[in-house]
Amino acid sequence: MDATIRKQLEATACKVRMGVIEGVFNAKSGHPGGSLSICDLLTYLYFAKLNVDPKNPKMPERDRLVLSKGHCAPALYSVLAERGFFDKSELKSLRHIGAMLQGHPDMKGTPGVDMSTGSLGQGISAACGMALSGKISNESYKVYAVLGDGEIEEGQVWEAAMFAAHNKLDNLVAIVDNNGLQIDGKITDVCSPMPITDKFEAFGWHVITMNAHDFDDIERAFNEAEKINGKPVAIIQTSTKGKGVSFMENQVGWHGTAPNAEQYEQAMKELNETLKGLEG
Amino acid sequence: MADVIKKATRESYGEALAELSEKYSDLIVLDADLAAATKTGIFKKACPERFFDCGIAEANMMGIAAGIASTGKKVFASSFAMFAAGRAFEIVRNSIGYPHLNVKIGATHAGISVGEDGATHQCNEDIALMRTIPGMTVICPADDVEAKAAVAAALEFNGPVYMRFGRLAVPVFNDKDTYKFELGKGVQLKDGNDVTIIATGLMVNEAMIAADMLAADGINARVINIHTIKPLDKEIVCKAARETGVIVTAEEHSVIGGLGSAVADAVTECCPVPVIKVGVNDVFGHSGPAVQLLKEFGLSAENIAEKAKAAVALKK
Repeated sequence: MDATIRKQLEATACKVRMGVIEGVFNAKSGHPGGSLSICDLLTYLYFAKLNVDPKNPKMPERDRLVLSKGHCAPALYSVLAERGFFDKSELKSLRHIGAMLQGHPDMKGTPGVDMSTGSLGQGISAACGMALSGKISNESYKVYAVLGDGEIEEGQVWEAAMFAAHNKLDNLVAIVDNNGLQIDGKITDVCSPMPITDKFEAFGWHVITMNAHDFDDIERAFNEAEKINGKPVAIIQTSTKGKGVSFMENQVGWHGTAPNAEQYEQAMKELNETLKGLEG
Repeated sequence: MADVIKKATRESYGEALAELSEKYSDLIVLDADLAAATKTGIFKKACPERFFDCGIAEANMMGIAAGIASTGKKVFASSFAMFAAGRAFEIVRNSIGYPHLNVKIGATHAGISVGEDGATHQCNEDIALMRTIPGMTVICPADDVEAKAAVAAALEFNGPVYMRFGRLAVPVFNDKDTYKFELGKGVQLKDGNDVTIIATGLMVNEAMIAADMLAADGINARVINIHTIKPLDKEIVCKAARETGVIVTAEEHSVIGGLGSAVADAVTECCPVPVIKVGVNDVFGHSGPAVQLLKEFGLSAENIAEKAKAAVALKK
């Protein structure tokens, strides 16, 4: 990847992280950990990959993104705001009464949200439906679904995995955010979904592994995904839960807790310093 | 009565899909390994390229339907009522109901008349489950003519619809040349002023027979067919409550949460009168021939007539 573009993406991802913290802090609730682990992924997709138009969010030929791990809505909202789908000020009213930004994504109320999600395991099925529909009418759009590594403990995910391979949905890319933590602890301690790559391979998917916080590697993975015919693609991204805010990194406690005022200040200070370093 | 034609509404469903496949060139039909039983196999034969078998995975099928609907195509998802409304309830609620997507759910083998398969497959709870979902339309047609018309109307309607069909062949009493299906409108089949029998599905025909039995005893019963349980035609129900003073409901469904409950909810607000429910009385079914089961569980004209007499007695 061109060094300038990479730096731009890194700076954008940092701003997206600031939006996550802003939203969750003002909501006094929400899920910062898993949101921060997908900020680079969503930044890459919305700024370097997806065919979307913020001025025409329902454009029929657009690429679709389904946030199957819907609790990480703060990351999706922040990237959509950064991309211009709606004003960034909306982030401050996340989860408030009367707010556009609901606790989990609502496709009816939020421009750029392609599917209502939040109940885990369901988004991937809807993404398969979108991909199948595209195949039926020979459309060129692609569908991306973002899943959590804890989420894939849901049986419905594997029903969808079977369906996607059976129907050769090569216009579908599922990204599993393997940050290793879920509410009750390490995924390997709770009810291990490992090995993730072998499972998707056994279900007939083309599997790619990727470093979730390295834009060169992200680009490599998606370029490889592009070349796959006749199979759906699963990208297993190794990520750090809470990435970008030192005291949140790899701490299961930050799965669904909002920072207090002091923690908010510290998180924003860290992210501002990171941003300065990237823009300076 | 000798020349009464009988047909299962699941047959009507499958035939209607195939008949409408030309008019709706974007219609997609999904099933979960039950195409031969739900009769979506008839559509599959007519349009194999627009039929997708999701395998024994109803939860995923509902999500697939949601995704297809989000792209603007029309879609029916089919399985037995037990699995469509029961197993997949939360997916129907969250992936179809909450985003109010244009998905039609074709649920067959509803109620006790599933017969020999027994309690695990006899779904007497689907109306209750589906009508609690905000924005969900719930339709339970009474015969072949109504079932076909309902499928056509559901396809014209934009929004999620749950349609309930039966396995058992039931009498066809509507005239296909004159019948008009109006979504959300009850149909008064017979006027009367002593009691109103409000029925849905295969119990509508039983209600008509019950009305004849009651007439022989000098009781003039009104009979209303409610094919659309949600949104309920409150006008026709409340008018009946005001004019006849007592109501008997009849459905092949639990007495908890179905048509009877919907009617009781409505009259409580507009004109409180006694509502006596004929339905499955909070018990599981068991194996046996459908016709015998219907009798055993009181889903019969005789039981409706008996309850109607009890209802009339309450007025004195």
